[in-house]
Amino acid sequence: MDPRRAARTVIDPKVRKVGFFAPGAPPDRSLSGPPDPIASSSASSPPIPDLSPSGNFLSPVMIPPPRHSSADTALLSSSRPVPPSPLRRDSLTSAGCIHNPSELFPSSSPTAPSSYAGRVVEFQDDPRGNSVKVATGASSFPGGGFDLTAVKTSSVPASRFTTVSVVKTMPPGLSETIVEKVGGSFEVENDRPASSKSLKEKTSKAERRALQEAQRAAKAAAKAEGSKVPSTSEAAMSANVKPTKATKAPSLKNDSATVAASEKKGGDRPPEKDRKKDVPHPRMQYDDKSRVEKAKRRAVVKQTEARNRVELFRHLPQYEHGTQLPDLETKFFQLDPVHPAIYKVGLQYLSGDISGGNARCIAMLEAFQEAIKDHSTPPEKTLSRDLTAKLSSYVSFLIECRPLSISMGNAIRFLKSHIAKLPLTLSESEAKSSLQSDIYNFINEKIILADKVIVNHAVTKIRDGDVLLTYGSSSAVEMILLHAHELGKRFRVVVVDSRPKLEGQLLLRRLVGKGLSCTYIYITGISYIMHEVSRIFLGASSVLSNGTVYSRVGTACVAMVAHEFRVPVLVCCEAYKFHERVQLDSICSNELGNPDAISEVPGREDINYLDGCTNSENLQLLNLIYDATPSDYVSLIITDYGMVPPTSVPVIVREYRREHIWI
Amino acid sequence: MPDVHVLVNDFLNNLKKRKIEGSQATARQTAELLRSVISQQRVSYTNQAGALMDAVRAVGEQLIAANPVELAVGNIVRRVLHIIREEDLSLTTAAIAGLGVSAVSDDDDDAEGNDHPVLSAASLAAAARSTLRPPSLQTLLEDVPDSAAVPHTSSSGGDSDGKSRSADKSSRTRKLKHDVIEAVNELIQDITTCHEQIAEQAVEHIHQNEVILTLGSSRTVLEFLCAAKEKKRSFRVFVAEGAPRYQGHLLAKELVTRGLQTTLITDSAVFAMISRVNMVIVGAHAVMANGGVIAPVGLNMVALAAQRHAVPFVVLAGTHKLCPLYPHNPEVLLNELRSPSELLDFGEFSDCMDFGNDTSSPLLHVVNPTFDYVPPKLVNLFITDTGGHNPSYMYRLIADYYSADDLVVQRRPTGGS
Repeated sequence: MDPRRAARTVIDPKVRKVGFFAPGAPPDRSLSGPPDPIASSSASSPPIPDLSPSGNFLSPVMIPPPRHSSADTALLSSSRPVPPSPLRRDSLTSAGCIHNPSELFPSSSPTAPSSYAGRVVEFQDDPRGNSVKVATGASSFPGGGFDLTAVKTSSVPASRFTTVSVVKTMPPGLSETIVEKVGGSFEVENDRPASSKSLKEKTSKAERRALQEAQRAAKAAAKAEGSKVPSTSEAAMSANVKPTKATKAPSLKNDSATVAASEKKGGDRPPEKDRKKDVPHPRMQYDDKSRVEKAKRRAVVKQTEARNRVELFRHLPQYEHGTQLPDLETKFFQLDPVHPAIYKVGLQYLSGDISGGNARCIAMLEAFQEAIKDHSTPPEKTLSRDLTAKLSSYVSFLIECRPLSISMGNAIRFLKSHIAKLPLTLSESEAKSSLQSDIYNFINEKIILADKVIVNHAVTKIRDGDVLLTYGSSSAVEMILLHAHELGKRFRVVVVDSRPKLEGQLLLRRLVGKGLSCTYIYITGISYIMHEVSRIFLGASSVLSNGTVYSRVGTACVAMVAHEFRVPVLVCCEAYKFHERVQLDSICSNELGNPDAISEVPGREDINYLDGCTNSENLQLLNLIYDATPSDYVSLIITDYGMVPPTSVPVIVREYRREHIWI
Repeated sequence: MPDVHVLVNDFLNNLKKRKIEGSQATARQTAELLRSVISQQRVSYTNQAGALMDAVRAVGEQLIAANPVELAVGNIVRRVLHIIREEDLSLTTAAIAGLGVSAVSDDDDDAEGNDHPVLSAASLAAAARSTLRPPSLQTLLEDVPDSAAVPHTSSSGGDSDGKSRSADKSSRTRKLKHDVIEAVNELIQDITTCHEQIAEQAVEHIHQNEVILTLGSSRTVLEFLCAAKEKKRSFRVFVAEGAPRYQGHLLAKELVTRGLQTTLITDSAVFAMISRVNMVIVGAHAVMANGGVIAPVGLNMVALAAQRHAVPFVVLAGTHKLCPLYPHNPEVLLNELRSPSELLDFGEFSDCMDFGNDTSSPLLHVVNPTFDYVPPKLVNLFITDTGGHNPSYMYRLIADYYSADDLVVQRRPTGGS
């Protein structure tokens, strides 16, 4: 909402309105408010008192800002405790002006301008940010813009207004404006109630004009001598503010807003640079020859390219399967850079002994634990750098064995960020043990406990008499089914399976062993069985931030048919598997399995049509591993943060990332 | 007669044991069987058409009962009955040419078209006349004066109509049988050549560099694709294997040997790949009168995926697959469950397959359906021997080949096919 309003204010030809607008009750004040700063700068006091009220006024608009404000605060590198807003604002402005009302924010203010100068961009990102920018742009006639907003009843503009005026006074406009803005947002939080006051001070159109002119002049002047004028205005403002504050009773909203703001402050926001870093790297594209060559030179595992590559998937690695294993085995003793634990895990990936997102991730982390334990930093290096480099080489080894799953990527990122944040003061052994315990905690909290939470959530969705359908073999879904069975719920399970892995059979085996009554069917028969199904439980390899569920190939088909039959689809996925990447189809990024698995049908000797023509030029075998399920097929995603719709995934991604990177 | 019985029984056994694969083979064999039934049928001089129809109906009933899911059998039986009617009619009209031609021709139903005066067996079969067509004003008007001249009662589904109109036929008994056999031969010919006729249209639908997806194997699809290939179109084909029968492997092999760029994928990858596909071309098991398709299992999924991505879903079907019935709950009633052993290894799961220890029902069910029902809204186009048609047009097309009186083949009034 906020951003929109702000934009409107900018767009509207409100200046005119303002002119006619004399009587409008609260808005007027805001109008008057804007001019005030100007006045203060150029002509000084009379309007000034209004300013602060207007600022207060603005607050109702601010409701959305909690987040924004936090961002702002984060931007302001110096984290201050959230102050009573008006004061704050004042202080900020003052900081901009160089003049400090010392009581308010002595320490913060000086730093502010310099540190923020670069961050204007960030503001732009924010919804509010736009408005801020606008304000700076509109500085020439700030009064008009504000008036409009005021008319709307939103006090926000007023705050901006003040900022604008400040800007004018300030020579390095941008940095100043930002500071101002921040101040404004704070104001908003605090000030909500004050609306009634300001009517008295309307300025006439002519007056305002004059103000504007004055402002312009001031701006020009400010370049030369920025500090003095603002200081006076500041003082006036601060004076004003205090009374307003006293008058207002802080409303609930204000309180909550401030609280939120303070919290946000607490969790640092990654500064702009870091944010950029967070944009997922483009993945290696295997049709990029030069990069592939480079990668090959580094590679430990020698891969032979598959004979008949599928044209559409040239960007993915397509290697002969089964050729690396003996090669690797023989190399076991020559590969000193790779820790044996890592090596073992890699081989297990390669041979398919470990599969499934959680299992792979846990195995990898445990191997890392081992490797870290045995790590010793060479004398002339620092632990964190050396370890990170080591880790990278391990990871690239694992990638050669099998491309990483997204969950593993997340875990690696987590580990690296922890290594990077290791306090330098720690001794090597301390650092290592802390890393090990970090990994242990990650496995425990993010995977094992998360699964428990998911199970507890999901079980509430199972009722007696349900027919639950699941596809493939998901560890989370299995736990859910078993737990529900233990609770004595009576339900039937339909296990849908597909070639070539037929993982469903393993799940079926385990479920039947526990006494669940099951139906087994291939994915082709899904439409046949869907009539009787009442719920679908699916696992996921990852959930991407556009809500796409990235999972075992075939999941999308199941979800689609379920959608067609109006059967709810519940996706169970631990939050550590969420990823901010987005994907629309299953082709841009995927993994290719062993193509030969397609042509051979184990256990069915009669199916041998393809014997002898697998080498033909014209025949390609495509063994996709994953597919992307569009979010509209998904009714619910069950995570350790609760049950959310797919549209909420980006929220979790954002919050979660902050949590695990900045803990 | 005895050898006919032997033939019928053999065929019945094959049907019951599901030894005949594919609707085309079934259709052809049914037609051949009925031809021999007709040729062996002793016909009296009086009610020749009626006798023939009785005989065909008797055999047809058994055949349909032997494999009610194989709709091609019923289709062929009905078409043969229709042929007999048409031949009878044409002879009648020829005989009483002096009388009101158009009215007399409408022995099946009073809703007949009025294009009958020139009647050969072939033209009859192909002519767009429908008992399903609502009566037009013209036919109604023409019918009124002459209806008395048509002796039979049109409403009965069975044997009554043939007998009643036999009075003036005595002179052309031999001719009728001969004509019917000729027409049935033509039908058999149509069935065997339907691939070519469908394939001829391939160039109009497949363009250079297209990507086509299909599932399972169908001879019609194979011919269709190859016909386009022969016309120097180069395109690529994704073949979903169609587990658990893996007919896709067969099709892929055929396509590869004929030089087509083929990619074999699993059934589960259909959704992933369909976004890069230009057209889905599949064969059908049967096409129902509402435009719905009984197709190899898995195709409903493919059709849904195609709809999601707005990819045209094209069904190839020879006319012998057009079934005049409207489906009711076809997923279940027109389906067939095959052996679980195709899905699961019995050895591994033998302990769960039989009855559990304390409950009376087995813990494990294995479902292996053969067919899928694709509702008409998911189908974009039917391509038959006679050209392309909308699903909504199928009922009309079907009306060309069947007479409404034959929809129920059973002689007993209780039956329903």
